[in-house]
Amino acid sequence: MITAVELGLIYAIMALGVYVTFRILDFPDLTVDGSFTSGAAVAAIGIVNGMPALVATILAFFVGALAGVVTGLLHTKGKINGLLAGILTMIALYSINLRIMGKANVPLLGEDTLISPLRQAHLTGGIVSVLIFFAVALALKFVLDWFLHTDVGLAMQATGDNEEMIRSFGVNTDNQKILGLALSNGLVALCGAMIAQYQGFADVGMGIGLILIGLASVIIGQAIFGTRSIFMATLAVIIGAVLYRVFIQLALNAGLDPNDMKLISAILVVIALVLPQWKGFSRFGRRMRTITAAAEKQKETV
Amino acid sequence: MLEVNNLSKTFFAGTVNERKALRNIDLTLSEGEFVTVIGSNGAGKSTVLNMVGGKLRPDAGTVRIAGKDVTKLADHSRARYIGRVFQDPMAGTAPSMTIEENMSLALNRGKRRGLGLGVTKAKREQFAHELASLELGLENRLKAKVGLLSGGQRQALSLLMATFSGPKILLLDEHTAALDPQRAALVARLTDEIVNRHRLTTLMVTHNMEQALKLGTRLVMMHDGEIILDLDAEAKSKMTVPGLLKEFEKIKGAQLDDRTMLQ
Ligand SMILES: Nc1ncnc2c1ncn2[C@@H]1O[C@H](COP(=O)(O)OP(=O)(O)OP(=O)(O)O)[C@@H](O)[C@H]1O
Ligand SMILES: [Mg+2]
Repeated sequence: MITAVELGLIYAIMALGVYVTFRILDFPDLTVDGSFTSGAAVAAIGIVNGMPALVATILAFFVGALAGVVTGLLHTKGKINGLLAGILTMIALYSINLRIMGKANVPLLGEDTLISPLRQAHLTGGIVSVLIFFAVALALKFVLDWFLHTDVGLAMQATGDNEEMIRSFGVNTDNQKILGLALSNGLVALCGAMIAQYQGFADVGMGIGLILIGLASVIIGQAIFGTRSIFMATLAVIIGAVLYRVFIQLALNAGLDPNDMKLISAILVVIALVLPQWKGFSRFGRRMRTITAAAEKQKETV
Repeated sequence: MLEVNNLSKTFFAGTVNERKALRNIDLTLSEGEFVTVIGSNGAGKSTVLNMVGGKLRPDAGTVRIAGKDVTKLADHSRARYIGRVFQDPMAGTAPSMTIEENMSLALNRGKRRGLGLGVTKAKREQFAHELASLELGLENRLKAKVGLLSGGQRQALSLLMATFSGPKILLLDEHTAALDPQRAALVARLTDEIVNRHRLTTLMVTHNMEQALKLGTRLVMMHDGEIILDLDAEAKSKMTVPGLLKEFEKIKGAQLDDRTMLQ
């Protein structure tokens, strides 16, 4: 179970990226399946060829960001539907990732990675490494929170919230979308690089279905913790990512086949999307909303 | 300040749905002039505003602001000169962002946006000061999401956001039409105050003829893509609602006659 929490905290980085596109920009970006693997591939090949692990990991971020820029350009300048633009980049990345790796699987056994010191000190699977991974996720969360409150970040939020309005204040919303997609896919690739180092290999298929994990994390977290402020929303995303891993682990413990995990992920997301529309649940949801709205009002008047 | 020359626009040209929205419109506003625009549905009022604002490109003609030809500039590139308030109270603000964040978005109109914090203590004080001028108590709710405000409050906020960061031109398209009479009167009063305080060059579209006569320094009537009446301050002050209706009937009737003659 500790391993599930560890994994969840690493995947939280990816979920933060998905949060930027899906929730901030209101853009359904499917690039992530490809950019995640790109991050893993770049980091693995870099490390195998003697690059310091930290440098290879940072490089992975920028390669992911580049993938995001491509999707952004396809969508804004090429006027291609957002979903399709993401799919196009994702599929193209499959070939590119194979080119980067040279083969379908690059092992990292015996290499110096960001995780290997933890492994050598036998800290993985324990409270110390959980705390370390939590600190990393929190640090990225705080950087993201800060960014979203800068002048650029506010413009990005407004681009997802009311595009026409923010254009009338002089913001080029195309550029904002490209920037947001770059940031998002950079985080996703960073996560891919971490996962490759954590599990000890990069695999060309490791990103398949990843978008569902990201979505599930965002939806689960926000269903439970709400979205009152950016601070709460990003915290919810991290906790959602951990909860998702824990659910999956519970399902495995209950005897489900690991090969069924993608199906279970899909069902989880469907439930999270459909449930709030049902009567009983929506009554519950409404009550929760009334309570939070009242609490908010109270906070304002103070 | 604002100079519109020979502006023409045809939608769906060459199809059965062809629709001439504007026919060679000429309109010049000097600095500080406040023009109210009236006219029947489909007269082309919104189309004129959309072309000045840059949302639509004309088929022919030019738009100049303070002597600069902006005809080919995208809407966001000319936003630094132009404040806009739309008819829909939901259109002018970002609902899931707070009042102070919305004010910050407006404060940076047309500026390069960097990595400075959008809301600081100093800015918050400035926003509270500006909001206090609306007399709606919004200065005490800086951290409230704008989506929680009523339509009237949102429209008043939109108006403030469109004006306080110093645009050269203000475009108002039926910005009181979606409000109940009381709120509409409030937003109309605020409009008058704000335009006078900042001496803004303003184009205001309205369907309320009384409002069109009461506010502003000049009145323009449009019909079928043309300006059919242009009253200066003096003529406007003598005009009445029945008088306007009579003018409209007269000009429209003449047009109908022309058409019958052509057939
Ligand atoms: N984007 C568009 N596409 C097609 N036709 C349009 C478009 N915008 C306006 N039109 C047409 O151009 C004509 C002028 O429309 P416009 O919206 O400027 O009228 P208006 O004077 O603002 O009317 P209203 O008082 O109803 O708002 C109308 O016939 C309208 O159908
Ligand atoms: Mg109109």
